[in-house]
Amino acid sequence: MTEPIEFDHPDVVLCPGGPLLLRGDHVVEDADGTPHRTTRPVSAVCRCGKSADQPWCDGTHKVLPDKLRP
Amino acid sequence: MRIPKARGELSEALAAVLHDGATTALPADVDATDETDRQLSLWTLYELSYRGFDDVDDELEWQPELLTLRRTLERRFEAELREAFAPPEPAEPFADALFALIEGFDGASVASFVQRDATAEQTLELLRYRTIYHLKEADPTAWVVPRLTTGPKAALMELQYDEYGCGDPNRLHSHLFVRGLEATGLRSEYGAYIDDVPVEVLAQNNAMSLFGLHRRLRGAALGHLAAFEATSSLPSRRMAQGLERLGLPAEMIAYYEEHVEADAVHEQLAVRTICGALVSDEPAQAGEVAFGALACLGLEDRFARRMLADWSAET
Repeated sequence: MTEPIEFDHPDVVLCPGGPLLLRGDHVVEDADGTPHRTTRPVSAVCRCGKSADQPWCDGTHKVLPDKLRP
Repeated sequence: MRIPKARGELSEALAAVLHDGATTALPADVDATDETDRQLSLWTLYELSYRGFDDVDDELEWQPELLTLRRTLERRFEAELREAFAPPEPAEPFADALFALIEGFDGASVASFVQRDATAEQTLELLRYRTIYHLKEADPTAWVVPRLTTGPKAALMELQYDEYGCGDPNRLHSHLFVRGLEATGLRSEYGAYIDDVPVEVLAQNNAMSLFGLHRRLRGAALGHLAAFEATSSLPSRRMAQGLERLGLPAEMIAYYEEHVEADAVHEQLAVRTICGALVSDEPAQAGEVAFGALACLGLEDRFARRMLADWSAET
């Protein structure tokens, strides 16, 4: 197997049906205008709007019907 | 940690060998003993490669007769796992199919019971059993790193770095559990409760070590990781709510709350970037990933059924 020399390593990844992954150190402002600084190498930002841990994903999208998943 | 208390003739013979290094006492036929005895013996042999025992010579980690016994026990255990958790044909796209396989598994949940119904005593029993893995959280997967090609290797380290607190010992996940145990009044030394745990816990821990220690099983190790992470956020929220309901300490609640948020990230990384990159580089590993995922879910389901049956018998 030949490995590539350049790999894709995007800063922002939209997960189908799930959160937005954010690589690196950022400040995310939630819907109420409150800023939240990232605390880990990769953070998951809620896209379904149902997380109880805004602005971060808490896995709630998985219990939503398909049409309500992002 | 000292050698665990024997639970049958095999673990008794093994303890004797570990004490004095004379391997003649090992029984030739391990099939004659029961599952608890076999799983405890395998767990003890694996521990020689993690933290060892205060009362065992470190040299014995690579003692040929002990490795032979480990291999005999591993072969039988792996055959049992493959029979119980045969994966479906790999489907496309890989990440969606793996998420669907995990989400479609309808297993019993101790977290739901803790959230609503468990007594404090039952919850403390569960926390004692969880110490066997949580005090070495992420360690079995660390064995896999050097066996991977560039893409999955970097992806796995991105996740493991967070598990290990990004270099800050205070944030190491296993250390967050130590803080929780101390605040709860439970013992936090590595392996403190090994003599109390049921066979289902030994099997869960042995599966992770089996997958982690064999390069051949790297796909199963990463599939196990993916299933573990993808079934963690929502149950961790339920655990945190149950601990709060019972008035258990903030430090233990914080351990589970950390896993709500961390594992919502980790499940995406494990399924999409880690297993996805592995299968992209090594397509033949797709079935092994699914096998590892099903083994993770199936062994947790078996543990949960055991606990729920024990607890319902108490009421």
